[in-house]
Amino acid sequence: MIKKEMIAMLLAGGQGSRLGVLTSKVAKPAVAFGGKYRIIDFPLSNCINSGVDTVGVLTQYQPLRLNAHIGIGIPWDLDRNIGGVTVLPPYEKSSNSEWYTGTANAIYQNLEYMESYHPDYVLILSGDHIYKMDYEAMLDFHKANGAEVTIAVMPVPMEEASRFGIMIADENKRITEFEEKPEHPRSNLASMGIYIFNWKTLKEALITMAEQPALDFGKHVIPYCHDKGAPLYAYEFTGYWKDVGTLNSYWEANMELIDIVPEFNLYEEYWKIYTKSEIQPPQYFDKDSVVERSIIGEGTDVYGKVYNSVIGCGVTIGKGTVVRDSIIMNQTQIGENCELYKAIVAEEVQIGSNVRLGMGEEAENETAPHIYNHGIVTIGERSVIPDGITVGKNTVIFGETAAADYQDSYLASGKTLIKAGEQ
Amino acid sequence: MSQKRAICAMPIAGSYRSIDFTLSNMANSHIQKVAVVTQYNARSLNEHLSSSKWWDFGRKQGGLYVFTPVMTADNSNWYRGTADAIYQNLSFLKSNHEPYVVIASGDCVYKIDFGKVLEYHIEKKADITVVCRDMESDINVERYGTIRLDEENRIAEFEEKPLRAKSRTISCGIYILRRRLLIELLEKCAEEERYDFVGDILIRYRDLNRIYGYKMQDYWRNIASVEDYFRTNMDFLKPEVRNYFFKQYPDIYSKVDDLAPAKYNPGASVRNSLISSGCIVNGIVENSVVFKNSYIGNNCVIKNSIILNNVYIGDNTYIENCIVESRDTIRANSCYVGENGQIRIVVEHNERYAM
Repeated sequence: MIKKEMIAMLLAGGQGSRLGVLTSKVAKPAVAFGGKYRIIDFPLSNCINSGVDTVGVLTQYQPLRLNAHIGIGIPWDLDRNIGGVTVLPPYEKSSNSEWYTGTANAIYQNLEYMESYHPDYVLILSGDHIYKMDYEAMLDFHKANGAEVTIAVMPVPMEEASRFGIMIADENKRITEFEEKPEHPRSNLASMGIYIFNWKTLKEALITMAEQPALDFGKHVIPYCHDKGAPLYAYEFTGYWKDVGTLNSYWEANMELIDIVPEFNLYEEYWKIYTKSEIQPPQYFDKDSVVERSIIGEGTDVYGKVYNSVIGCGVTIGKGTVVRDSIIMNQTQIGENCELYKAIVAEEVQIGSNVRLGMGEEAENETAPHIYNHGIVTIGERSVIPDGITVGKNTVIFGETAAADYQDSYLASGKTLIKAGEQ
Repeated sequence: MSQKRAICAMPIAGSYRSIDFTLSNMANSHIQKVAVVTQYNARSLNEHLSSSKWWDFGRKQGGLYVFTPVMTADNSNWYRGTADAIYQNLSFLKSNHEPYVVIASGDCVYKIDFGKVLEYHIEKKADITVVCRDMESDINVERYGTIRLDEENRIAEFEEKPLRAKSRTISCGIYILRRRLLIELLEKCAEEERYDFVGDILIRYRDLNRIYGYKMQDYWRNIASVEDYFRTNMDFLKPEVRNYFFKQYPDIYSKVDDLAPAKYNPGASVRNSLISSGCIVNGIVENSVVFKNSYIGNNCVIKNSIILNNVYIGDNTYIENCIVESRDTIRANSCYVGENGQIRIVVEHNERYAM
């Protein structure tokens, strides 16, 4: 019999619509982060570093990039004879075929996968946070308390607590009550969306609640377990944990990596973050280049100047070009004498010469001000920007644009330029 | 430096080791079964070859084998020469069924399609084909085996490390021949207690076999001397060399080390240099190659030097015309300069405390 003490189920099917054009073509967990990584690398690396070698990755939205990235799990050492990583997309059944309609519904539809490993515990993770966490320590806590469900929580400032699901725990960390985005929070322990369930508890709850539409852990399963009187415990986590759900938080989290001693340290020997590296050559700096306060991925050629930026792998930055406070993802090519200020440029973008991004006064974005704000210029993947274009702040460009798409070679602040057929 | 490790494990161009070039060429030429024969100080090499997956050799048909000398009932010798090294693994050659064998050394930096060499070998109906190359006039060919080809590219003369070279064509140490012929030659050679592949097989049986030269035109460098090693690494600062090896198909593969992106703190200045992943740079780097996972402290100046893997350089250090050996720890306020055009090799054995 195949037997694993704890297996992980990683929810990676979400779109992450607040990342705008960055997630037009890829699921949020597959978005590039920190130069060479993708967001999903963090939970996957945490799994293998915590000794969890069986991981089901639930995919649904735009899974191609994610599937290609995970493959058979070689970079994370998750290519195992027994266990390892398995990608679990929604599938057709003889009756009642459906998409994953909620977080817990997705897990419910894969009961058979979990059953086959005869686990004692199931770890539920989401694929959209940046953090390092030892799930084994959390499991020890779970066992020591005789819990049926353990929820990882982290203290947040009281004034922000109303944005989260808040857990109220007694002095033994047993959860007595919880509130979803309360107006007047009575605790500052926010749920991180990381759960350990006893397998029996989870299975029973999922089967009982199967008919609930859009079955969700926070809204349905956890309240159900609580009402049933199962012991729920809060596991407090105090390390670095960052939700990169919005463009601004994504930009900030990247920028935190370039601090002299970053709070989130990628250079530690004992908790490595693994990723699929396709590009291996070293990076080259030309004799006239300048680089300061930046991190840069493999195989990037810098002929221009780079300040306070996070640059991916295989990028070219042309002569005379100045990149400031920006994020540039893998394989993007930038021409000569450009100026980039506070831009997020996705993968494989072609930027011509004499292009200026992030210039002028701020103006609210015309189509989606809740997504494109804080003055950030966002360029979707595989976009093309021709020579000599000037682009304002809070703008978004996606698609193969030509000079004719711009008025007087200019895209004013707050404008959206998404070419038809691209979204 | 090669006291510390086998030459083919020498780090090259920031992210690679010398043997990666030969192994990648083999993988890219669809050679699936590769045996690495080694004996000298093989720890670095074994570490590097711990998995065959980086070169995609872990197939059901084929694989990557590492052969070091072994003791058997009737033989307890080290490898006594290149031919002997292969002869001691003759059972491997005999038990396989592939018709041709490529013999190549791991201490060269080049790209080649062995498929093309094989086509040429068959077309010429050669017994043995030797890959050779006309060397540039600034390279000392006396270190190599020199070759004179006749008008139909058959080898007319072959001299190993001549005192005065008569030709600028040298052997690149890459040979193709039939597996059965190789077995035959090795057995004959062993009977006569001769052990060297070039001297005792190629040169000795030159007239008995049809030996042809295949001329390669592209970049090829051997790194077996300190000057050549230094020059080859510095060649990668030239755009045409980088473009040839890094941008043009096919790629060179190496073991993946899972290092973080390189980080540049305030005070860093990098000009005309290669920097590899996992490095943290706080100082000035000019005309240099910095390998993986190195730390360069505040106010350091690194000029025209090679810093190998995992070196820690303390603050205010000045290094010029040097090769700094891997895993070194250079104390703060040190100064190392290679003078009169000489390359200085820096080896220090300072303690480093893990952070």
